[in-house]
Amino acid sequence: MTPRSLLRFVRWYVREITGASEYERYLDRHRAHPHMPLLSRREYERLRTDRRNAAPGARCC
Amino acid sequence: MSRISSGGVKATPRSILIWAAVAVVGAVAWGVLALSRGERISAIWLVAAAVGSYAIAYRFYSRFIARRVLGVDDRRATPAERLDNGVDFHPTDRRVLLGHHFAAIAGAGPLVGPVLAAQMGYLPGTIWIIAGVILAGAVQDMVTLFFSMRRDGKSLGQMVREEMGPVGGAAALLAVFSIMIILLGVLALVVVNALAASPWGTFSIAMTIPIALFMGFYLRVLRPGRVMETTVIGVALLLLAIAGGGWIEGSPLADAFTLSPRTLVICLVVYGFFASVLPVWLLLAPRDYLSTFMKVGTIGLLAVGVLVAAPHLRNEAVTSFALDGDGPVFAGSLFPFVFITIACGALSGFHALIASGTTPKMIQKESQVRLIGYGAMLMESFVAVMALIAASVLEPGLYYAMNAPAGLLGTTAESAAAAVGELGFVITPDDLRAAAAAVQEQTVIARTGGAPTLAVGISEILSGIFGGSGFKAFWYHFAIMFEALFILTTVDAGTRVGRFMLQDTLGNIWKPIGRVSWKPGLWGTSALVVFAWGYFLYTGVSDPLGGINQLFPLFGIANQLLAAIALTLCTTILIKSGRLRWAWVTGIPLAWDAAVTLTASWQKVFDDDPKIGFFAQRDRYADALAAGKVLAPAKNLDQMHTVVVNSTVDGVLAAMFAALVLLVIGNAVVVCLRAVRSREPLPTAEAPYVESAIVVPSGLFASAAERREPAYAGAVPASAPAGRDGSGSGSAGTAEGPRAGDLDGGEAETGRAGTGTAEAP
Repeated sequence: MTPRSLLRFVRWYVREITGASEYERYLDRHRAHPHMPLLSRREYERLRTDRRNAAPGARCC
Repeated sequence: MSRISSGGVKATPRSILIWAAVAVVGAVAWGVLALSRGERISAIWLVAAAVGSYAIAYRFYSRFIARRVLGVDDRRATPAERLDNGVDFHPTDRRVLLGHHFAAIAGAGPLVGPVLAAQMGYLPGTIWIIAGVILAGAVQDMVTLFFSMRRDGKSLGQMVREEMGPVGGAAALLAVFSIMIILLGVLALVVVNALAASPWGTFSIAMTIPIALFMGFYLRVLRPGRVMETTVIGVALLLLAIAGGGWIEGSPLADAFTLSPRTLVICLVVYGFFASVLPVWLLLAPRDYLSTFMKVGTIGLLAVGVLVAAPHLRNEAVTSFALDGDGPVFAGSLFPFVFITIACGALSGFHALIASGTTPKMIQKESQVRLIGYGAMLMESFVAVMALIAASVLEPGLYYAMNAPAGLLGTTAESAAAAVGELGFVITPDDLRAAAAAVQEQTVIARTGGAPTLAVGISEILSGIFGGSGFKAFWYHFAIMFEALFILTTVDAGTRVGRFMLQDTLGNIWKPIGRVSWKPGLWGTSALVVFAWGYFLYTGVSDPLGGINQLFPLFGIANQLLAAIALTLCTTILIKSGRLRWAWVTGIPLAWDAAVTLTASWQKVFDDDPKIGFFAQRDRYADALAAGKVLAPAKNLDQMHTVVVNSTVDGVLAAMFAALVLLVIGNAVVVCLRAVRSREPLPTAEAPYVESAIVVPSGLFASAAERREPAYAGAVPASAPAGRDGSGSGSAGTAEGPRAGDLDGGEAETGRAGTGTAEAP
């Protein structure tokens, strides 16, 4: 493991865990269903956050 | 297609040597803890005993449970793979999911409980935290996670209904709801006790609201989806707010932020209501990012602090309160009350709600329940050990001056020092004033709830490394801030979850309430939930006997009884599916947990000692009231009334919780007897087998055997343009995620494209 690879791993991890990479995943998925309308990043992030209105996710003590 | 087995590793001489060394280190540390009496020992021994035991338990016991008891099968597709919809079901990298799961289960609980339990000495708490997590807590989390995963991520309540029947299901649902209310009330009480009469703390916490609103606006409008950037800005503002609190403290504005407990209760209830009806993007989501970041950061900082500073424990190993049951922080003897007070960190029923919620819908491979279920709980347990250390480095005199109820201590440094002397510990009034001055608080007397004590302990440890004694006040308020921050996040989210449960249930009676978008229903149910926990919060601050002293045992009992329901469910499913001979794996923790909690409930309801039994307490105060007398610590007839009402409510609740759990266990016994008598295993609600196409490592790091797999080696194409993603999490990383060979398989997931996953349409 080099410092560079460690850095790359940290960056990948942080992007994954914060959901910063979610939109890219959505774009990947969308490629499989091209007939669906493509959401912009703004629209997609709104949709993603608003889903939590219905499922806030419990936090433990 | 070849597939990676779930770690069929042969014992090599090297691995035998390594594990023998781990075992020796753990055993030596336990030996030091057990044998040292009367001298001060280093906290490092606690850490070594914990880490050594965790390592052994994870390597051997969790593997045994995964393979033999549960029979994890990596050829079987998980719900994340089968039902992948990119929304709630999507296969997520095990390390990312471990992070999410840990953030969801770990909160203020593992920090508060051990601090209160330090009243019994450091040893009982340590033993329970470590043995409890290995044999009960982590087992519950992992087994619940596994069974929920095999049932497409069904919730605890749904599983109880399907596997046991409607009676058990209804009892479980009612138990979950009422436990949630108590939990929110007690957690909010911890915040109130930490912020009362503290302008610094109140200002910093109040500032988190505009900061969160700003972050929400930034994420929604200015830079959608830039979570990292937003969090960095938020954390910077937060640190500014903590520093600003120090300035407020000395300014004329201090009076405006010096609030009484009652005012804080009103603020919290109003806040809780608005936080739960506002859209999540505005307050909850940004707050969640902030609190998760602070949580992980502070816990990491504390771990470094404990390891580097290696403080000595000033607490006794076992105090006399453990045996006599007359401790000032909470009444009752070691058995059962140490096991009630420390719930989170050893065995927490609340985790079963999370292990049967979002997490099972995101697991890539069945064998990963070991890392995510068992592993995350071990991490939480380690947090609890550190909290116990932080409380145990304090001078016992200071500890009791902070944690005994105000009714006992009085309000002045002199009266508190005298009361602590009565308890058998030494602290001078000047020491108390100096301790308050060091953290720039008006007083440290009777700051119950655990948070201030923990904060003093943390400031003691961290100021030894970063910044020196001049930074004590900063670290103290930093610790208060981070605890209050994630308690408030729990309160937000918990109020919402409680509201959904209520809407769901009431919707069966009157349809419109069930509609999530119908505003009056939403406001009404939110208000009901907020008033329910607000009631307990209010009784907590107005009770002359001390709210924490009264309510924390109730909270512990509730949490542990929820664990009993989860363990009952797990045991029932094991027996129903023909695994009677492995039923002890969850059956023994269940028996222990039921013994502990039912004994505690029994004592809380029926004990003759008014300090322990709620009804004995009620009778004592009611009799005095009838005679027109006022009993200390109550100061007038109104307070006498308060005590009578509170102890009645608490007693009824304790009895109700126990009754609900007995109902669930009784229901389970019937089902299990039927299963044992039947020749064939009874049908369970398990989802049918579907072949998996995902190939990923099972543990935190890819094993050598996993690396040798052709699918793994072939999983390199970083270019994989198709990007059709079987496993979800990795796909976005294809372009920029770690490449092959970088770091133990961080890359492997990215390339599963090579395994030809078919995506569900």
